[in-house]
Amino acid sequence: MAAGVATWLPFARAAAVGWLPLAKKTMPKPPIDKKSRSDEILFVNVSGLRFQTWKNTLDRYPDTLLGSSEKEFFYNEDTQEYFFDRDPEMFRHVLNFYRTGKLHYPRHECIQAFDEELAFYGIVPEIIGDCCMEEYRDRKKENQERLAEDNEAGEGGDAPLPPNSTSRERLWRAFENPHTSTMALVFYYVTGFFIAVSVIANVVETVPCRPIKGTVKDLPCGEKYSLAFFCMDTACVLIFTFEYLMRLFAAPSRCKFMRSVMSVIDVVAIMPYYIGLIMPENEDVSGAFVTLRVFRVFRIFKFSRHSQGLRILGYTLKSCASELGFLLFSLTMAIIIFATVMFYAEKGTKGTNFTSIPAAFWYTIVTMTTLGYGDMVPNTIAGKIFGSICSLSGVLVIALPVPVIVSNFSRIYHQNQRADKMRAQQKVRMARIRLAKKGTTNAFLQYKDDGGLQDHDSDSTALCVKNRSAFEHQHHHLLHCLEKTTNHEFTDELTYSEVCMTESVGYRTSRSTSLSSHQGNSSSCCPRRAKRRAIRLANSTVSVSRGSMQELDTLQVHKTSLAPQSRSSLNARTEDLKLNCDDRDFTAAIISIPTPPANTPDESLPPSPAIPGILRNSRSGSFPHDPVKISSL
Amino acid sequence: MEREEGEGELDGLHTLAIVLLLFAALKLLYLLGLMDTEDKNDDDLEMTMVIHRPEGLDQLEAQTNFNKKELQVLYRGFKNECPSGVVNEDTFKQIYSQFFPHGDASTYAHYLFNAFDSEHNGSIKFEDFVTALSILLRGSTREKLQWTFNLYDINRDGYINKEEMMDIVRAIYDMMGKYTYPALRTDTPRQHVDAFFQKMDKNKDGVVTLDEFILSCQEDENIMRSLQLFENVI
Repeated sequence: MAAGVATWLPFARAAAVGWLPLAKKTMPKPPIDKKSRSDEILFVNVSGLRFQTWKNTLDRYPDTLLGSSEKEFFYNEDTQEYFFDRDPEMFRHVLNFYRTGKLHYPRHECIQAFDEELAFYGIVPEIIGDCCMEEYRDRKKENQERLAEDNEAGEGGDAPLPPNSTSRERLWRAFENPHTSTMALVFYYVTGFFIAVSVIANVVETVPCRPIKGTVKDLPCGEKYSLAFFCMDTACVLIFTFEYLMRLFAAPSRCKFMRSVMSVIDVVAIMPYYIGLIMPENEDVSGAFVTLRVFRVFRIFKFSRHSQGLRILGYTLKSCASELGFLLFSLTMAIIIFATVMFYAEKGTKGTNFTSIPAAFWYTIVTMTTLGYGDMVPNTIAGKIFGSICSLSGVLVIALPVPVIVSNFSRIYHQNQRADKMRAQQKVRMARIRLAKKGTTNAFLQYKDDGGLQDHDSDSTALCVKNRSAFEHQHHHLLHCLEKTTNHEFTDELTYSEVCMTESVGYRTSRSTSLSSHQGNSSSCCPRRAKRRAIRLANSTVSVSRGSMQELDTLQVHKTSLAPQSRSSLNARTEDLKLNCDDRDFTAAIISIPTPPANTPDESLPPSPAIPGILRNSRSGSFPHDPVKISSL
Repeated sequence: MEREEGEGELDGLHTLAIVLLLFAALKLLYLLGLMDTEDKNDDDLEMTMVIHRPEGLDQLEAQTNFNKKELQVLYRGFKNECPSGVVNEDTFKQIYSQFFPHGDASTYAHYLFNAFDSEHNGSIKFEDFVTALSILLRGSTREKLQWTFNLYDINRDGYINKEEMMDIVRAIYDMMGKYTYPALRTDTPRQHVDAFFQKMDKNKDGVVTLDEFILSCQEDENIMRSLQLFENVI
């Protein structure tokens, strides 16, 4: 029921008094109106702009946000109003919808912003009034096309394949994007070459060659070198068939592929050959089917895979199909009219060319398109008058739909230009996005180095840490919890490669080698690596880490260079080292100690005097592995 | 000569007829919708979104441990992100991945999504969201542990076996990314899972039941203490 009808309902019900004298039975009891009749004014505050409206107005559409109980989520008790943090200008239109029942689309607004507002308020865009519907549809279509292109440029571009794609997927990708691999490029050019060869062969085969010795008549080259041409044709068709079968195999959705235009063109291009093979050499039938060879010209359309301009042209023609149809229809009408007139006008002339109306068609077409071959010419005065009217009107009728087609073509062409530009800029954009992403990852590492993971009670919290936003603190806390869960730390690429380098070099201790022999599958980066850290059990006991002294050196130096302040403070208080979480846990930043001498009698680790401060680890609980000795230098 | 010309004409007409026939066939296919024209503009304004409206504020307040103000805050944030009122899995994965830029959070987000999606219909409504938050932030210890158990129990058969745990742990390690210190090894998750099972599986039958899980967690002070950490998230 429309909105306004509700207002008239009480009137209609009151007028039901007029039925009472006529009623055969007694009237039913009216429904009890539970709701209070009084209406109230609601205050809606949208980003500071205060709107006021009747509650009934909003209740007209109970399946939207404002009409349902969902608006209670936005009710502010203190100010007794509904507060929405959205665009106040757009809200005007939304509220007008409730008031008038018609949704209008503001022309100066971005279509996507408008759509988002509608989505937020729970209004379906179909309700847009007729006055604004067309504009809305056009802009939405334009926007969608643009987005679709950007998506295509983004995805279908040169993005690297997911690592575990099947050979089928890779094949399909090679077909769709020849630039991805050299094999695909080679194949692309080879097929293009063979299409050209096939088309040229078709053309040349009809050129008259010098006749064979002994005969007089000029033969077309096709018949003179029929074997050569047949072999060439066979080769081309084989390549095309192979390509088609490969595409069919690689296509993610075979049904969809078989229905696409390009695949139909492929089939039509190779069918005549096969039909020609199986067709028997029958006199009657082969005459008609020899003409099938005309379809070999379809192979030229296979170039549209290789040429974008051809695709644009095809798409333009398709999108102007209605205009072209109109042109054709009006031309046909005009041709028939004028041909009839010319025929009857020239009927009396002796020896005239206008033998029948269909014969006059030819004259009309030639004249209307201003060709004017001159093979058929009117002789009578009436014929000449009508002929001139014909040629004048021909110009007009043809000129009419042309601007529409041209504007369509220009729009599509510009879209393609934009898509190409997008693709070219894609690399720059991806690089910039990657940089921004790295910023967030580095933020956490920076946070850690600034000592942000310490207890916030301590005075030594750096000022830069305090100034971070609450969101950042919480996000870093989340990342830190993940570190604790896995007992591994986040580092950046530099540190990671350094660690790998130092670990692969400089292995002097037999302990480390014996340890490394215990390794199962180690990571590819560091093939011979000491066991740095046993896996920590869930929130319980702590692991041991050992390492060669050399690793320790480099890492210590690295760490100290990054965060001098926190280290010094931690150095000063080695007794009660209160780290970020409770004292049972270790941060990975604190490198553990060299293997205690009791366990390694066969090696002598050189002391490291220069290391400024190996930190102290506090012992905790019971270890399942060897004990950790505390040492400080 | 005449006959040849006549035959030539006939041949030409044959050609014309066949060409016209072919085009008519193609047009018929196109009309029947069998031929795909890669032009999807016909469905202009299709309703792609399913709008879901949550239950009333009072009902939600009764069902969860939040008060009205907190529910309002939560709903505002939720609605801003998802105007349609539901979160599907892809959106959820995207959102969750933004918090872990180092690694690949999509696998873990998938398990997390299934844990949130109580009705297993592929979308999280505001009620699911708020119910889960209520358990995790304001629920009793047992409820929290039960939620965690449901997260780990991927196939919801009431038991956590090693494969499920391996999947979860591997997903967690995936979130760490490649650049960690110490570098991740391929058997790191397996060792983690073995340690977990050693602790949790009381009767050593290879699976962890809910009771074993809750019992083991209650014995561990660390876990108990950490459960209180997240209470002031809202």
